[in-house]
Amino acid sequence: MAYERKFKIGKPILEVNNISLAFGGVKAITDTSFNVLEHEVRAIIGPNGAGKSSMLNCINGIYKPQQGTVSFRGQVVPNITPNIMAQMGLSRTFQNLALFKRMSVLDNILVGRKLHTKTNFLEVALQLPKVKKEEKLNRERSEEIISFLEIEDIKDTPVGKLPYGLQKKVELGRALATDSSIILLDEPMAGMNVEEKRDMCRFILKVNDELGTTMVLIEHDMGVVMDISDRVVVLDYGKVIGDGTPEEIMANQKVIDAYLGVEH
Amino acid sequence: MKPIFMTYTKKDLINLAVCMVLSVLIIPTFIKTEYWYTSILIPWLCLALATIGQQIVMGYTGQLALGAAGFMAAGAFAMFNLILRVPDLGFVGSLIVSGLIAAAFGILFGLPSLKVRGIYLMVATLASQFFIIWMIDKFGWFKNYDSSGIITAQDIVILGKPFTTPLAMYFVCLAVTTILTLLAMNMARGSTGRNWMAVRDMDIAAESMGVSLLRTKVQAFAISAFYCGVAGALFAFCYLKSLEPVAFDIKLSFKILFMCILGGLGTINGAFIGAAFILLFPVLLNAIGNNVFHGAIDATIISSIEQVIFGLLMIIFMIYEPLGMAKLWENLKQSIRSKLSSSGIKGIKSPVLKK
Repeated sequence: MAYERKFKIGKPILEVNNISLAFGGVKAITDTSFNVLEHEVRAIIGPNGAGKSSMLNCINGIYKPQQGTVSFRGQVVPNITPNIMAQMGLSRTFQNLALFKRMSVLDNILVGRKLHTKTNFLEVALQLPKVKKEEKLNRERSEEIISFLEIEDIKDTPVGKLPYGLQKKVELGRALATDSSIILLDEPMAGMNVEEKRDMCRFILKVNDELGTTMVLIEHDMGVVMDISDRVVVLDYGKVIGDGTPEEIMANQKVIDAYLGVEH
Repeated sequence: MKPIFMTYTKKDLINLAVCMVLSVLIIPTFIKTEYWYTSILIPWLCLALATIGQQIVMGYTGQLALGAAGFMAAGAFAMFNLILRVPDLGFVGSLIVSGLIAAAFGILFGLPSLKVRGIYLMVATLASQFFIIWMIDKFGWFKNYDSSGIITAQDIVILGKPFTTPLAMYFVCLAVTTILTLLAMNMARGSTGRNWMAVRDMDIAAESMGVSLLRTKVQAFAISAFYCGVAGALFAFCYLKSLEPVAFDIKLSFKILFMCILGGLGTINGAFIGAAFILLFPVLLNAIGNNVFHGAIDATIISSIEQVIFGLLMIIFMIYEPLGMAKLWENLKQSIRSKLSSSGIKGIKSPVLKK
């Protein structure tokens, strides 16, 4: 590509080391390792049930893998919880939408500013000057994100009333509001039409380009994946069967077999 | 709408002004009957305050808790003992400390919310109801070893001035309720309330955004219990004028729960509407029974009918307007506004429909 990246792809920011996860007797992930480099767009692909979402849930601390570790900026994170990962600068969206349905779009995005809110409930109750100052800054940042995502006209609507595509956008906005250095996107384009998908791709690339945010995304649309990602990791039955640039992946026989099936 | 003062919009300030004028000037000038103060306005304010507490934990944080009356009892008996044993604290000081004592119980009984949810949490929080009442009954110290079981509440004295007339007590309740309502509104609209609602709507996403479930839930339980504690103290000192654990039984907890649901979960003004409805409804039914049927219907039947209508209303509300009377009120205002504009009273043209 001809254009110069503002944020050069750097050292590994996130490393997954030998993770194994089982639910009872069912093995979801077996001894999986891969890494994510700073400022890159990394895609995780694989057939249904390959363990992609489970992988994100392990990275984010929702699931506790039986084996293996997750390192963030070279340091193994002990006792991963979603909260600790958020504090380290990792945010995410969810496959089946996990928005705060009864809250407005603006409020949803403002919750993303939680880690930039230092005042306690007593100060909020008394509306001390520093609360107002902080609230103003958080609101400004949220409004910025809202106009970036082009959803100004729905910002006061309760999220539960919005159509699916817009909800996906709001969820991306909420993840952006955290100002995290890495964002995990679990099927950000599922159920979207071509136009919405194109929009979403544009936002993902723009965020990556302008803010240098590292993006890890799970996606089924091969065209999209090959277009926007720097590197792709392919999971099948909980194992890594391919890892490399989109070109390498497309030429990988194991990947082709996994997707197209193979005669035994 | 843009806030013009602190976080309040122009509409909020107008509402506040109307409420204040109504409660401080108009009610005391026009209502002279003691009955209204002692039997309706004072319990209304106290129970509305407790309902705000219930709202915080249930309406905003989404934790199904049932034990508001237990925390009210904790607040009431803490108040009695503080005035008795630490007179230097004064009325206001004692009120705050009794709220804090109730909050400590709130933290203790809020801890199960970290592990259980829904109906199971409701059962777990019932423990607070029974434990606190049992504790007060069991240890005579809390009742100052009074054998009669009913203790008279001390007179309210603030800065050396006695507040013993119904009107004075009404003002005490009004002042406390107003301040605490404003604080609750600030919290509910600010970052604190957003954290509560995030935990209510989708806890796993909230946690992924850095909202600590432990802190948020325990905080909500503590603040809720604080409100209930203060409400309980006022309830005992201004309304009952006596202290007995039986007054804070499970029935009162249910009453507060109903006020919360009928008023509208997750609204502060709903607490006032719900409390007013549940308090005034029996009065209204009684009045209808006496005036329309001229005593032809027995009082016991009326009170039974009351229960039936109550139950029916709860069911109807849950089906047709789960957001409660606060939402109903909003809808009513909305429809009046649109009617006014469509009939051209305000000169606003209704949108032209395409054929």
